[in-house]
Parts: sequence; C-alpha cells; structure tokens
Amino acid sequence: MAGIPHDHYEPKTGVEKWLHERLPVVALVYDVLMLPTPKNLNWMWIWGIVLTFCLGLQIVTGIILVMHYTPHVDLAFDSVEHIMRDVNGGWAFRYLHANGASLFFIAVYAHIFRGLYYGSYKAPREITWIIGMLIYLMMMATGFLGYVLPWGQMSFWGATVITGLFGAIPGVGSILQEWLLGGPAVDNATLNRFFSLHYLLPFVIVGLVAIHIWAFHTTGNNNPTGVEVRRKSKAEAAKDTVPFWPYYVIKDLFALVVILIIFMAIVGFMPNYLGHPDNYVPANALSTPAHIVPEWYYLPFYAILRAITFDIWFLEAKFLGVLAMFGSIAVMALAPWTDTSPVRSGRYRPTFKIAFWVLGFNFMFLMWMGAQNPDTVLLGLKISTWSLIGTIYWFGYFLVILPVLGWTEKTLPVPETIEADFDAHYPPKSGSAK
Amino acid sequence: MKKLLLSTVIALGLATSVSAEVGETHIEDFAFSFEGPFGKFDQYQLQRGMQVYTEVCSACHGLRHVAFRTLGDEGGPHLDAETVKAYAAEFTVFDAELDDDRAATPSDKFPRSGLENAPDLSLMAKARAGFHGPNGLGINQIVKGMGGAEYIASILTGYTGHEKEQAGTTFYENTAFPGGWIAMAPPLEDEAVEFADKHSNDVRHMAQDVSAFLMWTAEPKMMARQRIGLVSVGMLMLLGILLYLTNKKLWRDIKRKS
Amino acid sequence: MSEDNGNRRDFLYVATAGTGAVIGGAAVWPMINQMNPSADVQALSSIEVDVSGVEPGTQITVKWRGKPVFIRRRTAEEIAAARAVTLDELPDDAARNANATPAAGETEAFAVDANRTLDADGEWLVMMGVCTHLGCVPLGDAGDFGGWFCPCHGSHYDTAGRIRKGPAPENLPVPVASFIDANTIRLG
Repeated sequence: MAGIPHDHYEPKTGVEKWLHERLPVVALVYDVLMLPTPKNLNWMWIWGIVLTFCLGLQIVTGIILVMHYTPHVDLAFDSVEHIMRDVNGGWAFRYLHANGASLFFIAVYAHIFRGLYYGSYKAPREITWIIGMLIYLMMMATGFLGYVLPWGQMSFWGATVITGLFGAIPGVGSILQEWLLGGPAVDNATLNRFFSLHYLLPFVIVGLVAIHIWAFHTTGNNNPTGVEVRRKSKAEAAKDTVPFWPYYVIKDLFALVVILIIFMAIVGFMPNYLGHPDNYVPANALSTPAHIVPEWYYLPFYAILRAITFDIWFLEAKFLGVLAMFGSIAVMALAPWTDTSPVRSGRYRPTFKIAFWVLGFNFMFLMWMGAQNPDTVLLGLKISTWSLIGTIYWFGYFLVILPVLGWTEKTLPVPETIEADFDAHYPPKSGSAK
Repeated sequence: MKKLLLSTVIALGLATSVSAEVGETHIEDFAFSFEGPFGKFDQYQLQRGMQVYTEVCSACHGLRHVAFRTLGDEGGPHLDAETVKAYAAEFTVFDAELDDDRAATPSDKFPRSGLENAPDLSLMAKARAGFHGPNGLGINQIVKGMGGAEYIASILTGYTGHEKEQAGTTFYENTAFPGGWIAMAPPLEDEAVEFADKHSNDVRHMAQDVSAFLMWTAEPKMMARQRIGLVSVGMLMLLGILLYLTNKKLWRDIKRKS
Repeated sequence: MSEDNGNRRDFLYVATAGTGAVIGGAAVWPMINQMNPSADVQALSSIEVDVSGVEPGTQITVKWRGKPVFIRRRTAEEIAAARAVTLDELPDDAARNANATPAAGETEAFAVDANRTLDADGEWLVMMGVCTHLGCVPLGDAGDFGGWFCPCHGSHYDTAGRIRKGPAPENLPVPVASFIDANTIRLG
C-alpha cells in the first residue's frame, strides 16, 4: 500500500513466484499484515478487530439460521421456535446472532467516538470516515430488516412505524411507502423482501469494509497524538511504527477475547436482557403494543425523530423528525469539513474535550430518552423537550462547535513525533536489558 | 476512554428497560431454583407445575410450541417414556393426513388455546418482564433477572377478590396486572390440585410451581445454555490470560528499547 | 539466559495458539452438528402404528422417515402361495429383512417366507413401499404373482413382496420393525 515506506513481499520459492506472477494475493496479505502501524495506539484502537469479528459472527450464524428459518408470515415465528427448541444447538446460534447485533453496535459506537475524539476523520482520512458512515448506515438498515424476521409484535410494529416514516415525505411519500411494503400495510410481501435484503446487505458491508481498510492503509492509521508517522524513509518510519503482525494482531486478539468473555457471559446468562419481551408474542396486526420501542442501538435516533413535535411552514412535524433523524448522521459525516482545528487529536484540545464529553453524555441521554414516554416529566421539562435540547446540541456540535472551536481554541503543545510521545510514556531504561 | 466504555455499559442498561409506568403494579421477587448462573430447574417442581397446568390451565390455555416428547427431556420434568406416551394420548390433535382428529403421540405438540382470549402459555415467561427500571435505567433486570416467571406467579397470587363489570365483561382486581384489572378469573384456590408426594398445594406454592413449569416451557434449553456460558467464559479466560502474557512478552522489547 | 527465554517464549506462544485452536474447534463442531437431523425429525425416526383395524387380506400404508411402508395382513391363501415358492425361483434370494438373522454357518438370511414376515404365523408383512428399481410405489393386489405390481416399469412382486419378474433387482426391503403389543407395530 502507498504511504508509509516499508519492506514488501518478495516471492522466494518457485511456487511463490508462479503464484505471484498470476495473482499477487500473498503480497496483498503480506502488505496488510505487515503494515507499519503507529506504535503508540491505545486500547481504543481495538474496536476494528471486534467489528470484523462481529461481521464474521453475524454472517456465519445468520447463514446457519437461514437453513432453518421460514420467511412466511404464518410460519416465521414458529420456525424461530423450531430453531430454539429442535435444531441442534439452534438456541445458541439464535442468541449469538441476536446479541451479536448488540455487540456489533457497541463496538461501532466506541469506534466512531474514538474517531471523533482523536480527529481520525480529518484530512487525509475523509474517505475512510465517509465509508465508515456508509457502513454504519448499512448496519442500521441490516439490523432493522433482521429484527422484522422473527415476526413478533415488535418486529411487526417496529416495521410499521419505520416504513410509516417514508409516508411522511411530502408528495411521493405514500407511493414510496406502498412500494416499500408491497401493499397497504406490513404483510407477507414485506417480510419476504426484508428477508432478501437482510441476507444481501451484510455482503455489501463486507465490500465496504474492504474499501475502508484499503483507505486507511493508504493514508496510514491515525494515533492518539494525531501526529503523522514520519514517512521520508523506511528508517524514520520504523522509529514511529511497529509491524501490524505480530504486535497489534496479538494485542487486538487479547482485547477481543476480553470482550468475548463479557459477550459469552451475556449470551449464556442473560440473553434476553437487551431484547424486548413483546417480541416473544406473535405479530398481531389488530393489537398494538403499549410501548413500541426499537432495539437499544436505534434509541438515540428514535429520540431525535420524536423530538420534532411542531410543524414549520408546510413541513409537517413527522417529516421534520425524519429529516432530523437522517440529518443527525449526515451531519456526523460532515465532520472532516466542519472541524477547522489545525490540531487533530482531542488530547491536546482542552475545550474540545469538554464539548466531546458533553456529546458522549448527550448520546447516552438521547438513548435513554428514546425508550421513555415523551410526556414523562423530568426535572420540570417533558422528555420531548429534553430530546429537542439533545438534538440541538447534537447538530450544534457538528455545525457550530467544531468550526468555532477550531478557530478560537487555545490548544496544548503537540508532540514532535510519535517516537517522542512513546518515549515520554515508556522512558528508555538505562543499563542491561533484564 | 475507560469512561466512555463505562458509560456505554450503563447506557445500554438505561436504554433497554421500558418506561416506568407500571409503577402501580407489584411484582414479587419470588426465589426460583433456576435463577442465577448456577441455577437449576427443580425436576419435581416442574412435574408439579405440569400437573397444575394440566388440571387447571389447559382448559383454556394452549402450549402449542411444546412437543410432548420434551416432557421426557433431561433438565425438564424428565418423565419416563411410558408416562409421556400415556400423557400425550389424553390430548386430541388434528391430523392433516388422516383429515381427522386422533389421540396425540409424543412427537405431537400440545394443542392451541381452547379459549380465544386465553393467550398461549409456551412463551409467556419470556413474553413478559416482571422487573423494570428504576427510572428506565435497566438495573433491576440485571440484578433480579427479567422476571417473567415472577410476573406469572405474582398474577396468580395477586387477586384481591374484588370484581367489576365493564361493557359486559367481568374484570377481577389484581395487584400484578398492568391497569389493575384482569379478565381472567382467579384460576387457583388452595388445594385445587393434589400432589402425589403430598407437597404443599396452597395457592402460593401452586403459583410458583406452575410458573417454574412455564419458565421451562419457554426456555427448555436454559440448563444447556448456562453450561455453555460457564464453559466458554472459562475457556476464554484461560485464553485471555495466555494472550495477555504473550502480548506483554511481545511488547516488552519495544517498550524497553525506546 | 536468552535460550531459556527463547524456550519459555516458545512454550507460551505454543500454549496460546493451542488454546486458541481448541476453542476454535469447540466452536466449529456445533456449526456442523446443526445440520444433523433436528429433535423433531429424530423423534419421528421411530413410530408406532395401531394395526388393530387391519383385516386379513387388507393393507395399510403409513409414512415413516418420509417413505411409504406397507403393512399387510395376509390371508391363508397368500401365506400358502408364498411358502410354496422355492429359492431358485427367485431372482433375488436374499431376505432383505433388517430383523432377520442368518442361519448358522450362513453369511446372510435367505428369502424364505419365514424370513420375510414379522410374526411366526406369517400373517404380518411389513415392507418399504418403494420399488427397488427406480423408487415408484407399487400397487397392491396386482401383478402376475398375487402381490404387488409396479406400474412404472412393470416389476411384479409376490405375496411375500419378493421380486419375481421385471427390472427391479431386489425384494422389497423389510425395515426394522416389531410388535410391541398385540395391536401395535413399532417401525424403527
């Protein structure tokens, strides 16, 4: 890959040369594995391996589940129970898949917030960031489609609410909604096409992930200092980096195993905690559940959706909510251009740090609010009002705070090199190496 | 960044509980033998619960996801094959190939609910959460469990005795049911079912027994699931220690040499 | 000392990789096993059939493991006809009976009538209703030998279900079966 100078693969044996002339796949794997990686990466850089593991986990468990699942409104729910009760180990694959989705989103939020804090989105990594946002959108779509498949009450009514949002689009809304549903309401046509798309999108994600990795391999990884790896010569680069294999492969695997310990504990001992009991009730078009709540990973956006309760001119509140919901992700995608700071990493930006932590807290707050009744009162204000405040802060962070801070903030001094920062952290020991 | 992780974990808990509008209802935190990572179903309690279901609940409520043969499974009521066969034969199922009703065999499933408004009970213990909050923070469910079985037992023991009529339907006051009034008449009374081993059969005990049985019908693989949880966490901990040491060894030279 | 460190380091690496491999293997087995027959399919690997209503000279057909099984209660004439046949008249002289044991000194059981029926009296004949030629379901009370006739390619089976004429290579197989009480046959 371009960017940081390093040794490349040299085919040695006859077999290697034969293969390399026809398909340089070994060279590709070598370059990926031996990529010079900043040696000062901290534990917030492990989420990539967790995400890759989750993608693999979901695809493998998903393919297995599809061997036993029936995508028909009369049979879907029962087929899931068949998986849980009769298929050998079926309950395990079902719980791994359902909780795997949660792990996927925990990891992606940690991964994104890492990027926000350390300025990973800033030039030259804008494309990596945009691809990442696209992957995130695909994940949201895949998760939504998948949740409909068990055909429980939440599956059905969640699908009804979200497809109903498309109906809010002025003009083409109702035509679009009917086209999506394949009918006037969520029914068998909807279930079947959601099944098809749920199987398809993960492979679109695989492709996007490949490009995502290609992109950040081209620019090189960011690191906690935000200072770029020196790349005038191999010798200089070697002072700032270590090869990905074995140093970060092992570090990543260790972190992955720690995460998996927690994950398997949840799967083994509380696999329904993150779900909703109503989804163990078969879908009933004639009976709406008391509280329609999406899965936890959508809750902040659900709160933003419901925060807009007023019309503006000819635009209805419902439509404005949809705009706000998608806008909140779009605005995040704009970060590379709205953040004007010459300093990349939040480590050296004291005011930014405060704004960032408020954003993090805001995200959790919005998440909590997404599950509450909008009319509940908290500290004198309705939840819907608090949601609006949270939504304004979210947009304000990306559209106002980031540009303004970039111009006005007094930043701390940034290290000269990664090596300097690393040495400051791990002072060289004088004397013998024992 | 550890702060970020910590707040993530808490937020997950925040987000997963339903809003606290069920404040008026009271769910008692009954102690069940299957609770906790080392919990086990009590085979005899499951058998008693099954008897309560058969003699009381099956009149209206179905169990359509449960195959009779699973009554003989280990970890469950664990009845012997002959008993399962005889028990199944008491029920009638429709056979599409014969285009007629016939006596059920162990490979058949329990029938659907006989009464239209009576929900099927196979998954009831997972379809209801007994514990919520506090204030939407999801902590109660981590500490006490989802509370499905506790919910069922609380319903069965929560009748106050008051009744009212509304739009031609009789409702019964119940301290556990959301809204406080349930359309199901109190199904249990003391000594309604007699157990062969003379186990206590007051309403409280029968309620717990049938709730435990329904937890099994909802999650027959719970014991296997918990075992896999323990084994996988154990094996991963071993691997984690080895990877920790490997990582430390690997990086030692890098961290020292600088 | 570096040699010591080297050995210790290698042991650690080997132990780590080994543990990882064991966990990986433990994770792979369930993925393969989930394709094995599920509990509901396995439950139907053995079924019980009530034959109390079967009169002599009549047959019932039941589905077992996805295939038809003929259960016929033979009349005295049918029994006699079957017993009158000698082994050298049979294109296939093997019993094809999962319940039959070979006679002493023999490697397989032969297709004498006693080795084809479920009971000593020879009343009950239980066979897979699948023609051994290409798998069609033979018709009962048909054919030149008073038994079954396969309309697809013209195989004739006698009153003991043995192939007599036509392209089918083998007698209709008798599956694992037994009487568990006077009125019930267990298949499988």
